[in-house]
Amino acid sequence: MFEAVFSQFRSIWRILGHSFSRAETVQYPEQKPYLAPRYRGRIVLTLDPDGEERCVACNLCAVACPVDCIALQQGVREDGRWYPEFFRINFSRCIMCGMCEEACPTYAIQLTPDFEMCEYQRQSMVYEKEHLQIAGTGKYPDYNFYRVSGLKIAGKDKGEALNEASPIDIRSLMP
Amino acid sequence: MVIINIDGQDYQAREGQNILQACLSLGLNLPYFCWHPAMGSIGACRQCAVVQFQNAEDERGRIVMACMTPVTDGARFSLGGDKASTFRRNIVESLMLNHPHDCPVCAEGGECHLQDMTVMVGHRDRRYRGRKNTHRNQYLGPLIHHEMNRCITCYRCTRYYRDYAGGHDLAAMAAHDHIYFGRHTDGVLENEFAGNLVEVCPTGVFTDKTLVQHYTRKWDLQSAPSVCVGCAVGCNTMPGERYGKLKRIHNRFNAEVNGYFLCDRGRFGAGFVNSPQRLDYAAARNADGSYDAIQPDAALKLAAELLQPDNKLAGIGSPRASLESNFLLQQLVGAGNCSPGFSALDHALIPYTLQLLQQSPARIASLQDIESADAVLVLGEDVTNTAPRIALALRQAVRSRAFELAAELKLEPWQDAAVRNLAQNQRSPLDSYLSAESKLDDIARHCIRCNPEQIADHANAIVSALNGGTADSDSASDIARSLLAARRPLIVSGSGAQSAAVLEAAAAIVNALHRVNPATMISLSVPECNSLGAALLSSDVSPSIAALAERAVKGDIDTLVILENDLTRRCSPQTLALLYDNISNIIALDALDTATVSEAALVLPCATFADSEGTLVSSEGRAQRYFPVISTTLDRQPGWYWLLQLGRAARRDDFAELLHFDAVSAACAAHYGQLAAISAAAPLHDFVSHGLKVPRQPHRYSGRTAMRANVSVQEPRQTQDGESPLAYSMEGLNRDQGGLLPFVWSPGWNSNQAVHKFQSEAGGPLRGGSAGVRLLDETTDSSGSPAAKPGLPETGQWLLVPRYRIFGSDELSVRSEVIAELAGEPLLELNAADAASLGLGQDDALCIEGAAAIAVRINDSLPGGCIGFSAGYEATRSLVAGSRVAVSKAVDWASSRSQIISSDGGSRHV
Repeated sequence: MFEAVFSQFRSIWRILGHSFSRAETVQYPEQKPYLAPRYRGRIVLTLDPDGEERCVACNLCAVACPVDCIALQQGVREDGRWYPEFFRINFSRCIMCGMCEEACPTYAIQLTPDFEMCEYQRQSMVYEKEHLQIAGTGKYPDYNFYRVSGLKIAGKDKGEALNEASPIDIRSLMP
Repeated sequence: MVIINIDGQDYQAREGQNILQACLSLGLNLPYFCWHPAMGSIGACRQCAVVQFQNAEDERGRIVMACMTPVTDGARFSLGGDKASTFRRNIVESLMLNHPHDCPVCAEGGECHLQDMTVMVGHRDRRYRGRKNTHRNQYLGPLIHHEMNRCITCYRCTRYYRDYAGGHDLAAMAAHDHIYFGRHTDGVLENEFAGNLVEVCPTGVFTDKTLVQHYTRKWDLQSAPSVCVGCAVGCNTMPGERYGKLKRIHNRFNAEVNGYFLCDRGRFGAGFVNSPQRLDYAAARNADGSYDAIQPDAALKLAAELLQPDNKLAGIGSPRASLESNFLLQQLVGAGNCSPGFSALDHALIPYTLQLLQQSPARIASLQDIESADAVLVLGEDVTNTAPRIALALRQAVRSRAFELAAELKLEPWQDAAVRNLAQNQRSPLDSYLSAESKLDDIARHCIRCNPEQIADHANAIVSALNGGTADSDSASDIARSLLAARRPLIVSGSGAQSAAVLEAAAAIVNALHRVNPATMISLSVPECNSLGAALLSSDVSPSIAALAERAVKGDIDTLVILENDLTRRCSPQTLALLYDNISNIIALDALDTATVSEAALVLPCATFADSEGTLVSSEGRAQRYFPVISTTLDRQPGWYWLLQLGRAARRDDFAELLHFDAVSAACAAHYGQLAAISAAAPLHDFVSHGLKVPRQPHRYSGRTAMRANVSVQEPRQTQDGESPLAYSMEGLNRDQGGLLPFVWSPGWNSNQAVHKFQSEAGGPLRGGSAGVRLLDETTDSSGSPAAKPGLPETGQWLLVPRYRIFGSDELSVRSEVIAELAGEPLLELNAADAASLGLGQDDALCIEGAAAIAVRINDSLPGGCIGFSAGYEATRSLVAGSRVAVSKAVDWASSRSQIISSDGGSRHV
């Protein structure tokens, strides 16, 4: 019985002790906590360092998405680049897991530290390409997929990509 | 069966296989590149290395190529041992030295054999630090995209293109690591089967250009088992759909029919499904001739008025509509009032072809049978252009001699290089009597060019030689000798020559030969995907279109229902004028806007093969079912469904009990003894596999919660399919249902090579059976003589012979953009001597009977006195094959012949 009574008093003492410690409560939204750049929030599409669309519409984000909330259609531009004709994310389904970002071979799709997505209409949670596209490179300032890929596009001929030899002259017999 | 030991475990394997085939058949994953079940082994890629041990004591073993090693009793192998797996990993690593960083922008990604094999061997990091070789691409036409950087030099493309398909313009060029697979210069690939390179290439060098423009990954494609509607061969296909559009056609394996390959008309000719000329809504014609879109129930109300019981009804069916649609039309209007919808010549010829097939004691050859023939006689049918896949099968048939020689030396048939080296140019005899050159001439022994009448005469000479008489020509006696000597002789003919005499002569040869050799086979081609089905439904009382026109003039027709048929392709403008002027109530059902649709008072929009179900009877007499891959949209409905609704609107009792497609099919089967088996052509709508319907979508199908979100974020229930055993869903198992295979995928095997996981043994028939049922296997003794030959006009001395084109002669495929681009302009062909006598040069044109001028091409392969016309073109519609006409040189003709076929100039892809 003595032990039980002691335990009661100890608890009251500790609670009283908290009256003098610093409050942990943050005055959100006036006060905003620091979120690291790698925080998994609202998804954006980025541009490559040359200001061209990074997304090549490879569909890897869509297939990686566990809730299947990404839909897109590939198209081919005049200059030979693949691009998404439309790119849609249904954020009302999105669970911010970041699998799309991990799957993206071009660093086009990135998650940002913005998590404040509240709407009165669920329909407003459906983001199209124009809502997703940002004007910068996001977290990866240097990567440009087309400088690495073997695909020829306007301004980059065959053999001009990173680590590529110039095209073979198949009529030559030289070793 | 023998016992082989793999990694310490005994397995049963079939003798005559190679180890690779045996391993795959046993379900063991062994990587490979250059081996292909239809093309055999050459051991070029070194990927399928395994370790072979001499005996149980041997612990070192030696590395052998599984594809080059025959199965022998008691042989011991190691697949998973360090030595073999390191070897295989190193091979992939070396193949990847120059492979570009392209997967995200490669149309093969996600169904790439190279990706699968790389993952399978466990290669991950690139250690090589040198530069990658690069190549310039070529423009290979509007169908195929070339990306040479991705090549792993397995040689499958040239082996397929040159050795298997008989092409000449694709080759391996240059030397060592400069090797290049392409044409000598940019240009359209000439072979009619070039599209198979897309599936044969294990990586993304050759990809489907029509798909690349609006690309969808394989895992996102909704597919269903389907049947090609490009010709009457009935190849099995797997169309793929995404966002309501048909994206591509892939081959669906059927061991008895098309095996692994399709023709380019079939693969690229389905673009009409996405055509802007598709009809979307029902429409009623106003007094001023314009059309108003109306609701389906309003349309049916209007139809009910037109179909009142006291109205005299007539119908025109279609050889391109399903059996069920044609059957319901016949029920609606009465058999005696329902035309099968053939052209005037075909109205006699197609039922006659059917009758010959029914009466023939010989086996009607499937494509698999054709490949096994060891002597072939082609009579009057240019199969490359009328039934292309048969031509590819005939190319394999002439190799029978090579396999005989190989068997004598105890060489396995899969030893591809050895068998080809052994046989060199020795082929089984293939002889052809045609009215002009054909693409099979390079493998033919005798190519005799004569007009259809002469073909029949020559054939009759062969019959007399077969019966022990003497033939009047050396070639005829030669051909008779080889047919008699053959173990499995095959006669190929068809309605293409538009001559009953040719068909009759072909049947006479088969009959004479069958008395000597019961293994004799026959193959008769018919023009359209359900020509034979329409003929099976027709009888002596079925009127021709012209007969209906006569009735219309007499006022015996109040309402005419035209089912999926563009009559302008079938009969003369005069006949049509009689029909249209005398019948005010025309109901037209079609998928595409045609000249015929514009004559109707009521238009009902139909679904195509891609969004409906139906049964087609191929020229082999095989009833095959196709299933919708796209759920119907807008107000489009399958033809059979519209006709059911029409029957109900007309308060017909016999339509009230037909609630399902299966019921229609069963009613059709019950009505016609010959069609009794069609219900068994595919599983019924209540079929379930492992408790669920068969899924149309692969399990990785993406975007389900976003693809419709732009319309509404509320997600509708998945479309339910009450008519077929398939579901618009990714739930369910795609396993072992044989003919119902909607797509091929197996863990670790994302490419189409996964098909071996569904086969009874690698390269063998599908587990669960091949699709379709053969209807004409029993010889019936239906009496009857060749139908009366329609009177052909003879106003001049020039005999018209039809010249078909794989791209252009077919009605539907030519409404696909890429095929229209390749179709070119219609031509009249005649030989140089005849051209000179008419004073014609290469850039001139001819007028036939004073009609509009058509460009002339000088073609010395045509016999004298004949003019070949491009069949199926608008400009040549008025020309009747077999008629004799007067011609005159066109004056003021400006040639508009285009020289280069290229929509994109090729610039984007070079």
